[in-house]
Amino acid sequence: MSEAGLAAPLRFGLLGSPNSGKTTLFNALTGLRARVGNYPGVTVERREGRAEIDGRRMVVIDLPGTYSLAAISPDEAIVSRVLAGEIAEVPAPDALIVTMDACTLERSLLLLAQALYQRKPICLVLTMVDELRARGGEIDLRRLSNALGIPVVGVVGHRGLGVDKLRRLLGRPEDWIRPHMLPPEGAAERAAWLDSILSNVVATRPGRNQVSDAVDRVVLHPLAGSLLFAAVMVLFFQLIFSWATPAMDAIDVAVGWIAQSVRSALPAGFLAGFFADGIIAGVGSVIIFLPQIVLLFTVLYFLEGIGYMARAAFVVDRAMGWVGLEGRAFVSLLSSYACAVPGIMATRTIPSPRSRLITILVAPLMTCSARLPVYALLIAAFVPAATVWGFLGLQGLVLLGLYLLGALSALCVAALLSRTLAKADELPFYLELPPYRMPSARLLLSQVWGSAAAFVKRAGTIILAASIALWFLLSFPRAEAPAGVDSPASASYALEHSIAGRIGHGIEPAIAPLGFDWKIGVGLVASLAAREVIVATLAQIYAAKDEGLSLREAVRKDRDPRTGKLVFSAATVASLLVFFVFALQCTSTLAIIRRETNSWRWPIFAFGYLLALAYAASFLTYRVVNALA
Amino acid sequence: MSLSQIEIGTTAIIDGVDAPPPIARRLGDLGFIPGTPVTPIRRALLGDPGIYEIRGVQYCLRRSEAGAIRVRFDE
Repeated sequence: MSEAGLAAPLRFGLLGSPNSGKTTLFNALTGLRARVGNYPGVTVERREGRAEIDGRRMVVIDLPGTYSLAAISPDEAIVSRVLAGEIAEVPAPDALIVTMDACTLERSLLLLAQALYQRKPICLVLTMVDELRARGGEIDLRRLSNALGIPVVGVVGHRGLGVDKLRRLLGRPEDWIRPHMLPPEGAAERAAWLDSILSNVVATRPGRNQVSDAVDRVVLHPLAGSLLFAAVMVLFFQLIFSWATPAMDAIDVAVGWIAQSVRSALPAGFLAGFFADGIIAGVGSVIIFLPQIVLLFTVLYFLEGIGYMARAAFVVDRAMGWVGLEGRAFVSLLSSYACAVPGIMATRTIPSPRSRLITILVAPLMTCSARLPVYALLIAAFVPAATVWGFLGLQGLVLLGLYLLGALSALCVAALLSRTLAKADELPFYLELPPYRMPSARLLLSQVWGSAAAFVKRAGTIILAASIALWFLLSFPRAEAPAGVDSPASASYALEHSIAGRIGHGIEPAIAPLGFDWKIGVGLVASLAAREVIVATLAQIYAAKDEGLSLREAVRKDRDPRTGKLVFSAATVASLLVFFVFALQCTSTLAIIRRETNSWRWPIFAFGYLLALAYAASFLTYRVVNALA
Repeated sequence: MSLSQIEIGTTAIIDGVDAPPPIARRLGDLGFIPGTPVTPIRRALLGDPGIYEIRGVQYCLRRSEAGAIRVRFDE
């Protein structure tokens, strides 16, 4: 057919339950050229890949993994809406490829029965036929094809076995056999239909997976399983917190060096500042996240692929259930100790949209590493290096208290949100425990690559734009310091007269009840880029020579010119620390919430509720400490 | 008798699911349909959640879901 190459590409919908080898097959068919996006209005990821067979172009739509076409949430409804062609940007598929783990044939035929009602050409792909044989099972594929009235192919996706045969089949969906009659409706009739097919095609049922059973006796043991879970989490935390640091420091140094080179290469002025402090620093603040994101997703997808995530969820489900979350939220909250950005991206492994949303909304309360420089500055400057009970450092105790305050608040807010937010669409909780399987390196690579690329493309652009906007606020209008002033002091003068400086003065009446003056106000505006920026900004305002000792001295000595009182009183310091525990001072987190929830509603909600919480808590702290002092 | 009351390792037959239609429907799509044998494999501390095997697949269900699944023993 000569017109076939020019005609619209054939569209295949790839349908299957979670753990059915769907993604592996998708990669085998389309290579690593998937286009990733979002479906409109929901948090579901949209993936399409292209391929060419016998000169015929085709598009494979990787539908979200599902156990049923009868949706009980808007997220799940995506599958049936795509099949019906109800989503404007996604034309309905011309034919369906249904994947099915050969070892779970009995359960999976229930989804196939629903798919047959779509009245589209369907072919069935039985995956993991090697595992079926290893467990002594035998299925007659030809009889299965006859019984269902559709073509059936057996594959081992990660080794590419059977994929060529499937490819040839996909070239000619017009020629596929079609069922004479549809499966009966009604639970009892459907069960009888299932039994008649199974008795016809299953020669031997696969035996139990002995290895999985043996491993589960340890992994799911109340004591051993909990200890293992704790060990995995400690390692995980180490990985994203410590091991990513060298790479992040290297990126930081490299970005600083490039910015410095640009500044010295260009004549001093607007252009040099724009490129060095606006664009290069902005790009730097995007790629600084990559080491953590790549490490996090490598481990996460590995644990998911091997089958451990479902077990971990079982082990901690009870504890998380108390605050209305599910087991998998634990991993996300723990990652948020390093940084809320990878933590929020990790919520993709949470199947329930409601549980996922609550986890996203409380993740910014976990004490991320960007708060540490702020805490370090204030604690080192104002908390005496005394010891309590002879061996505990007071400074360390204050730091621990701040970490605990964040974590406890996250759990309380989660409990509150789960009792109020989206209470109506209560979904059943179920979790399949797949047998342990070694995920292929190729699959891992494609998953990690997909997540990192999505972060750079979607969140990166927002982060970059925000960094540039903040640079403008902090640098304009350009104010020339009076003659004879040295360089740190002129930088301080320029900052005070910038838009951000004016905002700092402008919001002073609003933040005065918290004990903050305009200088802290400027710092708070600047810290919207990232929390730790407040330290550099304060250094600039105080015209400090460095961000260490001299800044500590400067903030300690600063007095209000009108009242003569210390600006950083005990109450102000306590109030500022508490403010940083709660406030969502981070455009990167806002950008990633926007990306993951696919709406501006939730980043705005998160920013608003955390700001209100921060304001209330700081106000209270300021009053209480003042009364005590 | 409900599935959450069955002892570990004993196999019972599903009689029905007493839950709001969407939940009952979904449990049915997972394979919890009348006449199907089901076996509790293990339960977490305090009995919640539990792991149940049905048609060669293991699912983790909370007590609220397992409690909605009615079972009987064939004499």
